[in-house]
Amino acid sequence: MRDISMHVLDIAMNSIKANATVIKIMIIESDETIRLIIKDNGCGMDKETLNSVVDPFFTTRKTRNVGLGIPLLYQNVKRTSGKFNITSSLKLGTAIEAIFNRKHIDCIPLGDINETIISLILLEPLIDFIYTRKNSFKKYVLNTKKIKRVLNGVKINEKEVIDWLKADLLNFSMAF
Amino acid sequence: MKKSIADLMKIRDEALKNMQLRDQSESNCRVVVGMGTCGISAGARPVLRAIIDEINKRSLNNVQVVQTGCVGMCRFEPMFDVNINDEKVTYVNMTSEKARQVVVEHIVNKRVIRDYTIGKSENE
Repeated sequence: MRDISMHVLDIAMNSIKANATVIKIMIIESDETIRLIIKDNGCGMDKETLNSVVDPFFTTRKTRNVGLGIPLLYQNVKRTSGKFNITSSLKLGTAIEAIFNRKHIDCIPLGDINETIISLILLEPLIDFIYTRKNSFKKYVLNTKKIKRVLNGVKINEKEVIDWLKADLLNFSMAF
Repeated sequence: MKKSIADLMKIRDEALKNMQLRDQSESNCRVVVGMGTCGISAGARPVLRAIIDEINKRSLNNVQVVQTGCVGMCRFEPMFDVNINDEKVTYVNMTSEKARQVVVEHIVNKRVIRDYTIGKSENE
């Protein structure tokens, strides 16, 4: 993975697979760290599964015996001597927190996080995404549930709506 | 932000008007993009965006784009399938430029781009 935004897309794919209906994505920046939180209300995992998620030779797939999504994120966080935490409970959902030390030379860049959010909305228009981006000066929240209420039946993945979302995201990320 | 929501409402009203004009024919074309860890790290995101952009640009309303996980051929990623009337063609080692070509040639003109398919790549 070249940047954090790719990890976000990859981890959110896990939430989608876990049949989540709401996925929260938070990016909190400070001078020293980039903190990433992804939280879903999907099927969750039991203790045993949870303990093995950072092991690359563990996967829920039956066809192969490797799963690299979480191990890669774990590795990229640990390389910056950052912190990684994952909690989960069956039927309630899963939360992942990753703190990157952005001053560390091995820290991967944030990348185009807006593209990731747009891609997720395009792929899964029925899932609600709550995306928050925050630094010490500004806070931006995109809640697709609220947007769908305004849209009143018009699909969120209509071209014009996506263009609006893109402009809205861009508008705010300029301030970061 | 307030102004922004007003814009969104305008878009909604516009879309509602267009929806009635648009032909409601069932989608007979499905594009399935590999979005597993392997796909994403190989560059599936720009490929996906290119496909959707090209579809929107050409107002191809009966094309459905969905994602799938890793299908076990990670070395061919980014890849996607085009299903038209239950006939599946798998395109491999995609870039956004190649993906745009596939939308135009395969989905619009109904001509498979053999050079980009998995059959061709596997024999090399």
